[in-house]
Amino acid sequence: MTDEPRAGHRPPPSTYDEDPVVRPFMLTGGRTQTVHDGLRIETQLRAAPAALSAPLRFEARRIVELCQQPRSLADLSAALRAPLGVVRVIAGDLITEGYLRIEQQPAELSISLIERIRDRVRAL
Amino acid sequence: MSARSDVVAPPIAVKIVISGGFGVGKTTFVGAISEIEPLVTEAELTEASIGVDDTSAVSGKTTTTVALDFGRITLDDALLLYLFGTPGQDRFSFLWDDLVDGALGAIVLIDTRRVEDSFPSIDYFEENRIPFIVGVNRFDGGMRFDLREIRDALGVSDAVPIVECDARDRVSVKDVLVALTEEVLTRRLG
Ligand SMILES: Nc1nc2c(ncn2[C@@H]2O[C@H](COP(=O)(O)OP(=O)(O)O)[C@@H](O)[C@H]2O)c(=O)[nH]1
Ligand SMILES: [Mg+2]
Repeated sequence: MTDEPRAGHRPPPSTYDEDPVVRPFMLTGGRTQTVHDGLRIETQLRAAPAALSAPLRFEARRIVELCQQPRSLADLSAALRAPLGVVRVIAGDLITEGYLRIEQQPAELSISLIERIRDRVRAL
Repeated sequence: MSARSDVVAPPIAVKIVISGGFGVGKTTFVGAISEIEPLVTEAELTEASIGVDDTSAVSGKTTTTVALDFGRITLDDALLLYLFGTPGQDRFSFLWDDLVDGALGAIVLIDTRRVEDSFPSIDYFEENRIPFIVGVNRFDGGMRFDLREIRDALGVSDAVPIVECDARDRVSVKDVLVALTEEVLTRRLG
């Protein structure tokens, strides 16, 4: 869609240890928006195995664990029993920090993909 | 088709939005077909949410939450379908931009006793050119209308499919989803 950070983009690593303990308590710090292009409620997110050894706590750690398999914000919100807005902000930070990445999705659903959806739903 | 290395390609995630007034069967609809318990996730309203009376206040301040139904269906090992049920009231429309962004399409559920509850949803999907169909839930005690009458009452064009549905019945819900995919295909090919 645009040239904004997406899968494969590697933001600067967060090597500075600013308040690694305090930060999780701030959770979202009152923010409601973290903008990552292509990050929708259903977008698949995945964490690298290496992220498991990152100094993350609480929700951030759980998200990195859960995202060893691709998961969406909706899945994470349900698993963590946390509001979508909160999960969006924490996941957004993890993306910025390079622990989580947005999996590429087709920009537009092809006709054959829509037909596949139809046929699979019919066969449920 | 899949060239597998040690990292499996992520599934393609597709979503469909289910909208309509309160009590119209959105939660039931999602629950009838979802492979997970229909989870209710909460979207936060932190902005001025004047007039929101059917949500629960969390922090006493301006923060309230809206319940969204969330369902998931694994269509195959590379294709995931998400269903999101969202209240159809105008005052929640700011939520819809987020939900609807990238959606395959939408299903507007109506109760024939209160068709007007669906107007904000229909307006929204029409204005934003989101492919949608109307699902008419037959509630016991609800009068039977013919589809022509319903179409007139809704003021939707003849091109918009209107299908009957029973949100409690999995097969019926499946048929509605298939009807939506057909509508999306028709729009794309037309
Ligand atoms: N007769 C009938 N009842 C339904 C149908 N769908 C839902 N209901 C019932 O209507 C009530 C409200 O449904 P619900 O799914 O909670 O509505 P929501 O507010 O849109 O999520 C529940 O008691 C359901 O069992 C339907 O298709 N037919
Ligand atoms: Mg409901």
